[in-house]
Formats: sequence, C-alpha cells, structure tokens
Amino acid sequence: MSLRQKIVLLFFTVIVFLVPASEGYSLDFARKTLPNGLVVYHSERHNLPVVMVSLLIKASPLDELPGKAGVASMTAHMMTEGTVTRSSLQISQEIEFIGADLDASATKDYSTLSLSVLKKNVQKGFEVLSDVLLNPAFPEEELKRKREFVKGSLKRMEDEPSYVAEKTFLREVFGDHPYGRPVEGSVETIDTLTRDDVANFYRDHYRPDNAVLSVVGDVTQEELKDLLDRYLSPWKGRESPIRAEAVRPADKERKEPKLVIVNRDISQANIHLGHRGIARSDPDYYAVAVMNYILGGGGFASRLTSIVRDEMGLTYSIYSSFAGNKEPGQFDVEVQTKNESAGAVIGEIFRQMTRMKNEPVTDQELADAKSYLTGSFPRRLETSRKVADFLSVVKFYELGDDYPERYAGYINAVTKEDIGRVAQKYLHPDRVVIVIVGREGELRLADFEALKKVQ
Amino acid sequence: MMIHLIVGLVLLFLIPAVPDAAVQEYRLENGLKVLVIQDRKAPLATFQVWYRVGSRDEPEGKSGISHLLEHMMFKGTPRYGSKVFSNIVQRNGGSDNAFTTKDYTMYFQTLASDRIDISIELEADRMTNLLLNEKDVVSERNVVMEERRMRYEDDPQNLLYEELVATALKAHPYRRPVIGWMSDISSIGRDNLLGYYKKHYAPQNAFIVVSGDVDPDDILARIRKAFGGISRTADPVAAVRTKEPQQRGEKRILLRKEAELPYVLIAYHVPSIPDDDSYALDVLSTVLSGGKSSRLYRSLVYEKRIALSAFADYSGIHRDPFLFILGGTSAPGKDAAAVEQAIYDEVAGIIAEAPAEQEVEKAKNQTEASFVFAQDSNYAQALYTGMFEMMGDWRLKEGYLRGIRAVSAGDLQRVAKKYFTPENRTVAVLIPVKKEGGAQ
Repeated sequence: MSLRQKIVLLFFTVIVFLVPASEGYSLDFARKTLPNGLVVYHSERHNLPVVMVSLLIKASPLDELPGKAGVASMTAHMMTEGTVTRSSLQISQEIEFIGADLDASATKDYSTLSLSVLKKNVQKGFEVLSDVLLNPAFPEEELKRKREFVKGSLKRMEDEPSYVAEKTFLREVFGDHPYGRPVEGSVETIDTLTRDDVANFYRDHYRPDNAVLSVVGDVTQEELKDLLDRYLSPWKGRESPIRAEAVRPADKERKEPKLVIVNRDISQANIHLGHRGIARSDPDYYAVAVMNYILGGGGFASRLTSIVRDEMGLTYSIYSSFAGNKEPGQFDVEVQTKNESAGAVIGEIFRQMTRMKNEPVTDQELADAKSYLTGSFPRRLETSRKVADFLSVVKFYELGDDYPERYAGYINAVTKEDIGRVAQKYLHPDRVVIVIVGREGELRLADFEALKKVQ
Repeated sequence: MMIHLIVGLVLLFLIPAVPDAAVQEYRLENGLKVLVIQDRKAPLATFQVWYRVGSRDEPEGKSGISHLLEHMMFKGTPRYGSKVFSNIVQRNGGSDNAFTTKDYTMYFQTLASDRIDISIELEADRMTNLLLNEKDVVSERNVVMEERRMRYEDDPQNLLYEELVATALKAHPYRRPVIGWMSDISSIGRDNLLGYYKKHYAPQNAFIVVSGDVDPDDILARIRKAFGGISRTADPVAAVRTKEPQQRGEKRILLRKEAELPYVLIAYHVPSIPDDDSYALDVLSTVLSGGKSSRLYRSLVYEKRIALSAFADYSGIHRDPFLFILGGTSAPGKDAAAVEQAIYDEVAGIIAEAPAEQEVEKAKNQTEASFVFAQDSNYAQALYTGMFEMMGDWRLKEGYLRGIRAVSAGDLQRVAKKYFTPENRTVAVLIPVKKEGGAQ
C-alpha cells in the first residue's frame, strides 16, 4: 500500500454513536442559527493548524421526483464543476494549490459539501466554498462530461461482484423506494437529467434553512464570526416553503423468501441476505444496535464471525448490519465464500437468526457488547474531521445536542428481554431476500433448501 | 548495562511550515526499540508492534507464510486463548488489527489511554508464546484462501497488478504477492509456521511505537517490565541480498478476463526513499496525479475523456528499490492502447518542458498538507514514524519532508528522463472478455 493510499484510508470515517460505560461523553461545542436560517456548530481544537468544515444539506434521493432518479447525486457532484466566476479547472487548481480538499456528494439521506484546509489558508478555503455553494453555474459542457463519467463509473463498478450483489439485494428489498437504487441512479436515468433538473433541484433544496454547517479546528469564535459574515451570511434561500418530500407509491411487505442468483464466472459466491429494518429515529434503535453487535456486527466478538470464519473457516469476512436511515433502512448480512460453501454458509446464517429470536443472549455477550459500544466512543471523535461530520449528522437525525452525554444511558439500559423483543420484531428469516453472485452450477443450495423448510 | 535513553526531537525550527510531534527513542537490552510520541489532545493512544519480516523474507514455495502467521497471531497463546486477544481489546472499547506488507508485519491496538496496559501485556505474550494449534492452522489457511479469492481471483484489476509485479521483477522477492500463491498457501503447515515465527519474531527484530496520551518514561517502564525478559534470538535473522538486475527491454503482459472495461498498468524500476532521486519521484507522482488539476486527470479523464481514472503511484516506502506505477481504466468505448499512449505523452511532455513553478509548488503543498492533516490521528502519527523506522531510522521522515521541499522543476525532468524509458518498463493490459450469464 502506497503512502498516499494509507493517507486516504485513514480518512475513512464510520460514525457509530457510543459512550463510555461510566459516564456520558462531554463534547465541547457551540451552536447558533444565522439570520438566514443556517444552523452552525462550532468546536475549537487548537492541537493542529487545520480547519474541518462539514456542510450537510437535507437533500437526497428521498426528494427525487419520479423520473428524476440520480438528480440529488448529480447536483452534488456538479457543485464543484463551475461557478459564475470560476471554471471547474480553476476550482480544482485553487483548492489543490493550498493542499486543501473540497468535495460534494450525496448519500441515501442527505448531501454534504466538505472542506479540509490548513489554518493559514482558511480565508481562501471559505471563499471557494462560498462561491461553489452560492453561485454554481452547472455548465452544460460539464454536465455532459459528468453524465459520461458517472455512467462509465457505474459500468466499472459492475466488475465488482460485491457491488453487483449489493445493488441487486437493495433493489429486491426496497423495490421502487429510493433506497432500492444506487444514489447515482442508473445508466438510463442519468441520460434523461437535464441542466434544468439540476438547477431546479439546487434551487429547491440547497438553502440555508435546509442545511447544517459544522466548523471544527483551529478557529476562534471571532474568526468564525468573520468567516460566516463574509462567506455564508450572503447565502439566501427561496422565499417559498421547502417542497414537501416526494410522494411514493405504497410498498408491499414481502411475505416469503426470495432467492436471486446472478451467474458469474468467479471463484467466490458474494452473498447478501436480509430485509427491511429500522429507522434511526426509532427508540428501538439502540437495542437493535446491541443485538446486531452480538449477531454479526462486532467483528471477532460476534457470533457470525466466530462461527463462520473462526470455527468453520468458510469466509474471510461476514458481517451483519442494520442501516439506521431516515426511513427504515435494510438489515443486511454480507458474506463471501467459495461457491461450494454458499449453501452451508446461508444455512448457518438462518440458524443464527433463529437462535437470536428464540434464545436469550448470555450475560457475557450482553456485557461485552455494551462495553464495546460505550467504550469506543472517544475514538469516534478523535480527529477534527470526525467531529465535524459527527455534529452535522447528529443534528440531521435530530438526536439532540446532549446526545454525547445521553448515549451511554441508552446503551446501558438495554436488557436481555429488550434484545429478545427486538429480535422478534426485526429479524425475519421467513421473509428474507437472498442474492448470490457466483457460479450457479457450483452453489450447492440443497443444504439451504432443507433449512428453509424447517421454519 | 543501563538503558540508553535517547531523546530525539524533530527539528521544528528547520521546517516551520509543518508542525510535528516529538519522538522519544529508547532501546531495551534485548534489542527491542521503543518509540514514544506524546499527544495529549484526547485520552486515547495507539500501540503498534512492528516486526521486520514481510513477504520478501519468505522461502521459495512458502509464499504467504508471513501473512498467514499474522492471522495465526490472533489464535491464541496458553494464557489467552484463540480470539481472546481481540475480545479483551473490544470489551475495553478498543479496536485491533494487523497487516502484512513486503517488508514488515505490523500489529496495532487503539484504546483509551488508561487501558494501554492491555496492549503491552498481550503483545509481549504473543511475541513468544503463540500456540499455533494444528486445527486453527488448517482453519485459518482456508480463511486466507477465501481472502485470496476475494482480493485477487475475482478482482480483475488486482489480478493484473499481481501479474505486473511478478513480471516486472524477475529476481527480487518483492515479486511475490504478500497473500501468497494459492498452492503455496495450502501447503503451509504448522511446523513451517513455528519455524518462521521463532526465526523472525524476536525482540531485536522488532520495534514498538506508542502514540497518544501517554507519559514516555512511564510507558517505557511498563514496556520494559513486560518485554524486557524476552531474550534476543541466538541466530542472526538472514537478510535478503538479492538485487534486481537492470531490466534491458520492455516486457508486456496480456490478461484476458471477464471485465467491463480495459485497464492498463505501466511499471518502471525506481529507487526507494532515501535515495537522492526519491523525493523528485514523489513530487512527480503528485504533479501527474494529485487531484483533478493534475496532469493525468486533466488530460486523460477531463479533456480527452479516454479514461475514467488515471494515476501515477510512487511507493517510496520500501527497503529495496521497487516500482513507479502509472495506469488507468479506459472509458467505455475507448481502448487500452489509447490510455497507454496518452500516459507516455504526458511523461514526454514533462521531459520536454519543465513544469511551471506553481505546479511544483502545488505538489509540495499537497504533500505537506496531508502530513499535517494526518497528525490528528494517533494511528497515523505512529504509522508514519514506524514506516520510516522500518526503512532504517524514524528520522528519515524529517529528511523526507526536507527532500520534498528542495525538489525543482528540473529535478522532475531529470528523473522522468532517467527512469521512464521503454527499456525500463513493464506493461500489463487487461482485455475484457464478455461476461457469461446474467440475473435470473
């Protein structure tokens, strides 16, 4: 791995909300709302001369109208492709000359514009950020380029069996719901997006009263006030209210399992197994998080890894998760194993799901899960970048400004009975979608077929 | 004999632009070196044990043994059974992992700083008391074979990279993949692992890096208590002496595999840090592919639109000379030959005309800024210190930053002309074959 790759790897952040067992975590920050409606979080950290900025816009595929799949992502990516006074190349050159990073992207629930800049260049960084945010030009030529690029990238991703498996899985689980498609849309829909679509999406959603800004690092209150006055107070929104969320046709709940096989000439079966799960705002979320850690989210401490990797030696990686999204996200067990073992691994996953529903977890498992989840909290806030992203996201999901202090309590309050209850409510082996990308002829699914009947 | 206490301070006043934390260096009697970086910004610390053994050290027919041994290090000692290590760390809110490279194997934990004794205790234990149960060896071999399938067998671009390195290098053991060849992996037995472990996992062949909310003297005392009793091994660990002979003609590889898009890789033999040319090579890689205003992106991705991605990667952190690798993924409908030629054109452009001052300055700013950003993480601070120590001395890091600063546009032309020649290159091309089957 090269030096640069190592640097890139280190900036991967996973936000898992956790607190030490004994007391709530205290995170020092201030919050205010500007006259234009922008909510601003500020946390001072003077250990290094860096400033990390995270601007979260409440715009996502959930806001996409029918036929406009991919416009949220396209709009985010087009933000840095030209303003009224700066070309795409000029933006890159100015940002890269000062060794800074400025990126915009969309996720399933929101969009973000991130700036990482050295303290000595903070004025320039904010100036470019402001220009990009307030004056995007969405040049036709750049849009054309971007369409080709995104389509090409989607094609390239099709080489990864894991990508194909996940994409197929989400489509089966969610159907026409926005969570069921890639954030970028598809090769077909990307071609239909026009400049007007992008400009309209920007106009409707990129507004100060629809966003959260977090600034963390070597900047004082006075310095920040100056930067905000100069670069973000001029940001104006539309006069009319924010457009209500796009109306979607009602989904049907799946009533029985479904198996999808994508035949590929590869040595390993890439498997996703699961169904719909839980929303972030659901009070059961914390009990579900503890349950999931024990089932398959806790690495070597979890049952699935312990059994399928350590005891059976059938995989390098097996992992379960509940995506806590704005609307209920997916429950997903993901695993790769040689084609011949696919049936055996799937059978074991079913066994573990059923066991979690029918038997209480042990005292040790419960205690270990809680102590990990609470004890690892400080690590999640080690860097200014992590803190900036954390503050914006916590606000987006309305977890409360006292969330760091309260989290320990949420986790420590979870009992064995709670886990039993949420296992009953949120694990459904009788209704799973199973997607396998692999050599169909080698899969040996008879093992799994037998187990399916046992339920 | 008293412990030699060496306090090394990075010379902040020499490079005012890049703040850097002080490293304190100690060495135990048994040869184990300890590097401590104090950073009190958060009640956290990272503990790393670096073993100077990697795939380069492996005997013929047993490629992958370093990496498999790394896996086995998590499978228990008499005192702490299989997986107990990771469970203890996680129970204390920490995370632990390890990785193997061609030159070294590194184990780390990140924990609350008041739990760092866990790292010290567990790492000292597994340095000499590994169980290597037969049953676990068999099981973990299977796990590694699955890992190989995931990373290489089923990933055309990674497979191409593996072919490239194995072809570009004909003599030096860097040619072997860290994960090992599939048949070699399956041939590794308990006895092989035990012998390799005893030979390479010795205190004089390792060093520790601790970064974070720790007091250097205090942490040293604890480390000395846990590790001091481990004897250095009697036999010296054999060094790799192979020098890759100069390549005297272009080599080409074609790989036909199911894939969506063509992909090309071009490798040139180059020296590693701290060779005089290494800093110019590093800056050259940034000028060529550092961001969207870089040469390769602008030309191949943005203007010509013949590639989805293009890169120039200099892995200077190697103990011996290695490779400078350029490459790119073709855009749909474009062929690999166009990408290959466009890369040569960009290199020729730099040889013919020196890059502008601003462009060189930009590359240096990018490198320095990423160093500063990285220091916010204890793990990253420890990692960089360790990587330079692994190459000979942690102080090489300061020389690296100085070297980068001193690079001129003329240096870029000079190294491009010297190393990017047809005789010195190996080219690997992935030719997509149509995919069989589809969704039901």
